Amino acid sequence: MMHAEPRPETNVPEALAWETRTRRLVLLYLPLACFIVILLFPFYWMTLTAFKPNAELYNMQEYNPLWIASPTLEHIRHLLFNTAYPSWLMTTMGVAVGATFLSLFASTLAAYAIQRLRFRGSQYVGLAIYLAYLVPPSILFIPLATMVFRLGLFDSPFALILTYPTFLVPFCTWLLIGYFKSIPYELEECALIDGATRLQILTKITLPLALPGLISAGIFSFTLSWNEFIYALAFINSSEKKTVPVAILTELVTGDVYQWGALMAGALLGSLPVAVFYSFFVDYYVSSLTGAVKE
Amino acid sequence: MDATTTAAHWTRARLEPSWLAKLFDSKPFLIVVCLLPAVGLLTVFLTYPLGLGVWLAFTDATIGRPGRWVGFENFEWLFEDPIFWNAVFFSVFFTALATVGKFGLGLWLALLLNQHLPMKRIIRAVILLPWIVPTVLSAIAFWWIFDTQFSIISYLWVDILGLRDRYFDFLGDPWAARFSLIAANIWRGIPFVAITLLAGLQTISPSLYEAALIDGATAWQRFRYITVPLLMPILAIVMTFSIIFTFTDFQLVYAITRGGPVNATHLMATLAFQRGIPGGQLAEGAAIAVSMIPFLVFATLFSYFALARRKWQQGESND
Repeated sequence: MMHAEPRPETNVPEALAWETRTRRLVLLYLPLACFIVILLFPFYWMTLTAFKPNAELYNMQEYNPLWIASPTLEHIRHLLFNTAYPSWLMTTMGVAVGATFLSLFASTLAAYAIQRLRFRGSQYVGLAIYLAYLVPPSILFIPLATMVFRLGLFDSPFALILTYPTFLVPFCTWLLIGYFKSIPYELEECALIDGATRLQILTKITLPLALPGLISAGIFSFTLSWNEFIYALAFINSSEKKTVPVAILTELVTGDVYQWGALMAGALLGSLPVAVFYSFFVDYYVSSLTGAVKE
Repeated sequence: MDATTTAAHWTRARLEPSWLAKLFDSKPFLIVVCLLPAVGLLTVFLTYPLGLGVWLAFTDATIGRPGRWVGFENFEWLFEDPIFWNAVFFSVFFTALATVGKFGLGLWLALLLNQHLPMKRIIRAVILLPWIVPTVLSAIAFWWIFDTQFSIISYLWVDILGLRDRYFDFLGDPWAARFSLIAANIWRGIPFVAITLLAGLQTISPSLYEAALIDGATAWQRFRYITVPLLMPILAIVMTFSIIFTFTDFQLVYAITRGGPVNATHLMATLAFQRGIPGGQLAEGAAIAVSMIPFLVFATLFSYFALARRKWQQGESND
């Protein structure tokens, strides 16, 4: 397949500009549009259902199901005032923030030790922490449940704050090792010559320079904690202490007739905090995602 | 090292550092202090439970009873249980099909995004959404999309396009339910694969493509002999992760079908949960969970060595 006449696009050196307009449309924009529509459709449907009155929801013949004739806040009102939704949100937020800070603290120190305080066997410690990331929660939740019970933490948010770092610490440590690697040694050596202690070097030089890495790790930990499901399902029993994902599934799904409007409103409100949080830090997020994989 | 000793000398001349500062300057102490929180947390809440889980699998523990050693009894019991074998089958089937789907579509999307596009940043941000949003919440949305009476897919297919005269029974029929779950898993997995592979694609130097173009390589040849080999290392890592987390998936199945209809869609993780926590048979649940480990080890070794082979065969150093 030879395509004659490379169109000159001087401002885009990397695009080998040899495609015709139609070809580009069919091979690039059309599939891309399909991807975007399919990837976003469930969110559109979620939002639509959350604001749609029941009369329209269950009558697809008279109303166009892809649009709302008369939007309503009824489902959201029901969710906020007739259920324990606000307290679920508070629990989830508390657990996510707690687990994030605990993991950041532990993994910053560990990454610093592995990358900067080079000692015999430091790579092996790094490798062990990396391997810990490959142990999925589905294998751990049963023994952890018995441990949580014996520690007297069953049905307490602290059980979640303490167990979430098992999947957060390996990821964050790994990410931060990469960031610390990018900070030149010379800066630390200069500080050492100027008489700074190790602790001062960490707090005044290394950590400020690794701030983008800390932010990435923090965002990632927060999102992962917010989304966690299986531990929260297994360790929490009483309704008001549940996290949002668990509570929506176990508390809102009652009986045989599902309250789809309220369910979708709950799903929407539960997704919004992470979506908003994410939208502020997209670039950090993408860089941490790709950076960690490339490491 | 020279610098360190000089520094220490100077410090002493200027002001006497407290014993605390000295302690924090000693390297062995610092190493221990720095590693303690992470290693401690992981040992207590990861390594120990892993061992405990294996031990539990060989006992008859239930909720409220510590259990005593029973040897392979749980496994013998499981091996005669058709529901367990069904869960093993579906876990493998689910992982295989979902991985192929995710990587096929994800690679395609990554290749599309690697082109010169307007609003690239926004598109990239929007595409990651399915991955950001809590899985359970998007799974509930899929549950609603797969509803028997009010499914939007059925509506479009039957009432608008008229391709069928009855609504789909997505979650009522075993095979339909299996494929519906796989579709939902692929939907959620595409963004992660696409964004990470895109990062891999962007590291490939455009000059390679230019050289190939000058040599008269076709689009397929450029893909096959430049893109694929250079993408392999990152592909191997992403695939290892993807396989592990698809095989041990729990949320999606638990939210959409809870293993039904008639246990057809149980994955090993959901079966372990059902038997172990609500059912109270901790030992049996642990035995099912432990049975996942050989599959995971095999999948990891396979995807890592099969895909990364190219790299170490060529004897390139890791960068």
